[in-house]
Amino acid sequence: MDKKTLVIGVIGADVHAVGNRILNFVFKDAGFNVVNLGVMVSQEEFISAAIETNADAICISSLYGQGELDCRGMREKCDEAGLKGIPLLVGGNVVIGKQVFEEVEKRFKAMGFDRVFPPNTPPETTIKALHELLHMDEEDV
Amino acid sequence: MKAVLLIDFGSTYTKVTAVDLDSESLISTASAYTTVQTDINEGLENALCELEKKTGKIEFSERFACSSAAGGLRMVTSGLVPELTAEAAKRASLGAGAKVIKVYSFELTEDDAAEIGEIKPDILLLCGGTDGGNKECIINNAKTVAKIPTDFPVIIAGNRAASAECKHILSGRETFVCENVMPKFGTLNIVPAQKEIRELFLRRIIEAKGLSKASELISGIMMPTPSAVLKAMTLLADGTDGEPGIGELIAVDVGGATTDVYSIASGMPTRSDTVFKGLPEPYAKRTVEGDIGMRYSLHGICEAAGMAKISQLSGLSESRCEELADFLSKNTDIVPNGNPELEAFDFALASAAVETAVTRHAGTMEEAYTLMGLTFVQSGKDLTEAKRIVVTGGSLIHTGHTAEIAAHALYNPANPNSLKPKTADILVDRKYILSAMGLLSEHYPKAALRIMKKELENYGNQQ
Repeated sequence: MDKKTLVIGVIGADVHAVGNRILNFVFKDAGFNVVNLGVMVSQEEFISAAIETNADAICISSLYGQGELDCRGMREKCDEAGLKGIPLLVGGNVVIGKQVFEEVEKRFKAMGFDRVFPPNTPPETTIKALHELLHMDEEDV
Repeated sequence: MKAVLLIDFGSTYTKVTAVDLDSESLISTASAYTTVQTDINEGLENALCELEKKTGKIEFSERFACSSAAGGLRMVTSGLVPELTAEAAKRASLGAGAKVIKVYSFELTEDDAAEIGEIKPDILLLCGGTDGGNKECIINNAKTVAKIPTDFPVIIAGNRAASAECKHILSGRETFVCENVMPKFGTLNIVPAQKEIRELFLRRIIEAKGLSKASELISGIMMPTPSAVLKAMTLLADGTDGEPGIGELIAVDVGGATTDVYSIASGMPTRSDTVFKGLPEPYAKRTVEGDIGMRYSLHGICEAAGMAKISQLSGLSESRCEELADFLSKNTDIVPNGNPELEAFDFALASAAVETAVTRHAGTMEEAYTLMGLTFVQSGKDLTEAKRIVVTGGSLIHTGHTAEIAAHALYNPANPNSLKPKTADILVDRKYILSAMGLLSEHYPKAALRIMKKELENYGNQQ
């Protein structure tokens, strides 16, 4: 099976680099081909990288509370750029303050995100979700 | 004396430079009209006559040449995303000394194909996709290119997983496969494509352009002229065994139709609070501004700078500037020749050309406020610490205001985001020896470097 390619990065004016490095490491360790865009990544950069590398999914991190604003319109832009249906995953502290996570998840799903992860999600959970979204376990059989 | 002759077959002039290797010095320079339509050797002979009028008969032990005659090395490039593989393809071509006529991105359309057919490029560079990344685009583009009736060679430097298929699709024409210009996301790998471009230039282009007749006399036409200048500038900055360079620099060549800018500097962020965005920058970088030139592209300067600025720089009224702009763009061979009004106008044009071209070449720094405090986002090269600016081109040589014009390449507090040199020595290539020294450096780098150090006139520090 060919390696699946993930584009990862921290969106917006967010410079939190540690989680990004951890994800880069664990995703590679889990057998993914990782294109890490680092911190302060714009929607356009995620999309350009995904086009050029023929990515299978885009994983967006946000830790500084502005994620909801930063992610708005991402799905539409992906559609526009020909990345129709590409799995979009988002995780971190994606909203300001303490909000009920289910509400937050609902709003991000309405924005076209396939999976939304609350703070303190272990990487294994994300990897499992990627396997589901990319039908990886079926291919293994 | 061990004399070497260096020849630059330019689009208008054939320039000859004679150097003595024993004393590591310049003997003399001369030029004559290029005669590419008839026999390129006529122009060369005329230039040599001019030279020998000044110096007497010289026996040359070796002769080397570079060429930008017959339109130079005209290339078209295609990539996938404009700021990624399409940009990488463009940089590869510019760095190889090509004149990039057009850069295409995403899938080529029928109209694009027709346009490329009309352009009749010397080489088409086909790129797109990282290795293992997108294949559809480059394969689609290969199919579109295959249908173009015009004959030109294609260099394939895209997703390696698609190279063989592209070569097969293009089997009707001469194709060359080399390493991807962007093998991994964000990694620039332009040297293999540049090597291929240069080899093709030597093997095929020179002959096609009728330049090969000259080659019997010459030890070899070695490279396109801009590539020779880039080599000279890299040598001047970095030095060679036993002779140190002068450090990071930029060079500006303001021509009649275009303005070339070279930078030999790493230009990467030096501060930890700076995030770099975009493709990594080549250490030796060349950009060409096709709309910035003193005569043929004079309107481009006025448009980029604004007529108000030209008027302010020249001290002439805006309406008078408009008139002069129209007049000079129709009479491209006119030089100021002591006319104070034309001198003032050319001063303004040259200053604006330098400023526009260097601003486009240099990177930018933007401030971003994050929860972690103020952060800087850099794209392109940070040239603020480059301490030398080499200038060449008639408008900078034949004027009493060279240093003032060159100072427009410097950092401007009114445009603080542009990362141009903060303070620099201005070095002037008064005798147009840069391309000759690039040629000489192929075999005699130390002599080339020492001659440049002697011949480039230092006009002092500007800030």
